[in-house]
Amino acid sequence: MAKSEPKPTPVSHVDEPELHKHDSHETDVHEPGPRNLFQRLYAAFESPGRRRALHVAILAILIVTPWISSQYTTVILTNALLYVVLCLGLNIVVGYAGLLDLGYAAFFAVGAYTVSILTQQFGVNFWAAIPFSLMAAALAGVIIGGPTLRLRSDYLAIVTLGFGEIVRFTARNLEITGGASGLSHIPEPSLFGWHIDSSIDFYYVFVVLAVLAYIASQRLFDSRLGRAWLYVRHDEDAAEAMGINRVATKLTAYVIGAIFGAIGGIFFSVNLGAISPESFSFQQSVLILLAVVLGGMGKIPGVILGAFIVVLGPELLRDFGTLRLLIFAVLLLLIMLFRPSGIWPEKRS
Amino acid sequence: MLLQLKQVSLSFAGNTVLHDVNFGVDAGRIHSLIGPNGAGKTSMFNVITGFYRPQQGDITLDGERIVKRKPHAVTRLGIARTFQNVRLFREMSVLENVMAGQHCRTRAGALAAILRLPSQRAEERRILETSLECLDFVDLLGHQDRLATNLAYGHQRRVEIARALATEPKLLLLDEPAAGLNSHEKQALIELIRRIRDERGVAVLLIEHDMSLVMNVSERISVLDHGSLITEGDPQTVQNDPKVIEAYLGQDDEELAL
Repeated sequence: MAKSEPKPTPVSHVDEPELHKHDSHETDVHEPGPRNLFQRLYAAFESPGRRRALHVAILAILIVTPWISSQYTTVILTNALLYVVLCLGLNIVVGYAGLLDLGYAAFFAVGAYTVSILTQQFGVNFWAAIPFSLMAAALAGVIIGGPTLRLRSDYLAIVTLGFGEIVRFTARNLEITGGASGLSHIPEPSLFGWHIDSSIDFYYVFVVLAVLAYIASQRLFDSRLGRAWLYVRHDEDAAEAMGINRVATKLTAYVIGAIFGAIGGIFFSVNLGAISPESFSFQQSVLILLAVVLGGMGKIPGVILGAFIVVLGPELLRDFGTLRLLIFAVLLLLIMLFRPSGIWPEKRS
Repeated sequence: MLLQLKQVSLSFAGNTVLHDVNFGVDAGRIHSLIGPNGAGKTSMFNVITGFYRPQQGDITLDGERIVKRKPHAVTRLGIARTFQNVRLFREMSVLENVMAGQHCRTRAGALAAILRLPSQRAEERRILETSLECLDFVDLLGHQDRLATNLAYGHQRRVEIARALATEPKLLLLDEPAAGLNSHEKQALIELIRRIRDERGVAVLLIEHDMSLVMNVSERISVLDHGSLITEGDPQTVQNDPKVIEAYLGQDDEELAL
C-alpha cells in the first residue's frame, strides 16, 4: 500500500460552499439587494442616533398621553404596558431560548397571588412582599423547568400548558387564594408618602416597569447569557462542546421569564385591587404568546409592537360591535400570512 | 501524560464500538488517530468529550477523571473539539461564534448584565479581545461581522478552530479538519496545527484520512481498527507496520494513498 501511487485528492469542492443552499430563499435578508418597504422602514431605526431619537419620542408620547386623552385611553394603555412587560418576559423564554411555553400566565399568577396574600392577609408591606413574590415565581420556574427542559419543544409546550392549568385550578380550590371568587381589597401601595391609587398613577408605574423591562431585555440580549441562549437554541451539541451547560442556560431563561411575569402580576394585582383565577386563564397565556409571535420572536421592538397590537387592536375595532373579534382575528391571520416571521422579525446579518 | 484512556469500552445495543482501548496523549504533542471508516475514531472523540458514556474504563485529563462528566464540564477542564461536519452557529456572526468559546472562562450572570456592573463590562471587553485574538490567530480578522453561513467552507473550518481555541484548552481534538480543503488550504492547515502547538502550547489530537497530511504533521500516530487500537508509534513505524496495511486492505482509494 505504501508503494501505491499517491492518488490526487478528490476533486476539491472548496469554492462552492454547499451550505448556501439552505438560505437561498431568504437571500434578500442577508445580501444587499432589492429590499421591501418593511426592511427599509426598520433599517431607518438601526443607527444609534435615530434609535435614541425614537426612544426619546416614544417616552415623550407616553408621558404626555394621559394629560391629553380620556381616562378610558389611559386604562387601556396601562394594560398595553402590562403586556409589554409580560411579552418581553415571555420573549426571553420563547424568542431567545427557543422554548415554547403555553403556560406563561402561571408565573403572572404566582406573582399576583403571592403579593396579594402577603399584603392583604399577613399585612406585609407591599414593597417588602415583592422579593418574596419574585422568589416564589423563580421557584415556580425551577419547579416547572427543572424536570421538563430535557423535553423537545412540542412536549415542553404540552407540559407548560398543563402547568398553567394546575396553577389556575390550585388558586381556585385553595382557601388562602380566595377560591373561585379570588381576592379583593388588595391594599394599594405607597411610595415615599405618595399613595399610588389613581389610574394615572398606575399608568406611570407601568411606564416605568415597561421601560425597565425593555432596558433589562436589551442588556441581557447583549450579554454572555443572552448569547448563550442563542447558542443553545441554534445547536445544543455545539453549545455543550463550547462549555455551555445547556440545562442551566435554559433554566436561567425560564427563571428570568418567570420573574418578568411575576413583576407584571404584582402590579396587575395592586392596580385592579382584585384578582381571580380567571385573570390567569389559558387564553391569557395564548394572548401573550400571540403578541410575541405576531411582533417577531426575539426582536425586542417587534415584541413591544405585538403587545400594543394585541391590546389595542380589539379596542380600536369597538365600532364594529360584536364583529370586532372576528375582524381582529382575520387581521391577525392576514398579518401572519404576509409576515410569517412576525411584523418586525429578528434580522441577523 | 495529558490525556489518558484506560480500558475504555463502548457499545451500542450490543454492538461493540470501542473495545478495551488504552490510549494516551502527551502534553504539547501533535498526535493523530487514524483507521478505516467505521473503526470508531469519532466515537472515541465523543467518549473523550463526554458526548458518549463508555460502559467501562477510565479517562483522565491531567490526572483528573473526566469520564461520566457532561460535555460542557469536560470543555471547562480543558478539552476543546471541532466536528467532522462543521457545526457553527450558522445564523450568527463569525465573532459571536468565536465568543461562544469564552463562555466557560467567564461568569457574569443575569443580574450583572442587567445592572451593567463594571466587572461585567470588563469581562465583556475581555471576551471580545480574546475572541478577536483567536480570529487573528487563524487569520480571519476582518471577517468577524459576517454570518458564519456566508463564509467559504475552508474559512468555516478555521472559524470552528478559532472557536475551540477560545475555550483556552489544554488539548484540542480536530475531527477531519482537512476534509473538503484544497491542497493550498491543507498546507495552511498543517502550519496552523503546528502554530497551535508551538505558540499556544496546546496538544492536538487529530482524526484525519489524508495520509500525507497525517504523516507530515504528526509526531505520534495511533491506529484504530474495529474498535481496538492495533498499533502506535511515530509516522515511520506506523507506515511500515503490516497490521496497519492489513487493516486498510479493501478500503477505498483515498485510504490507500498512505
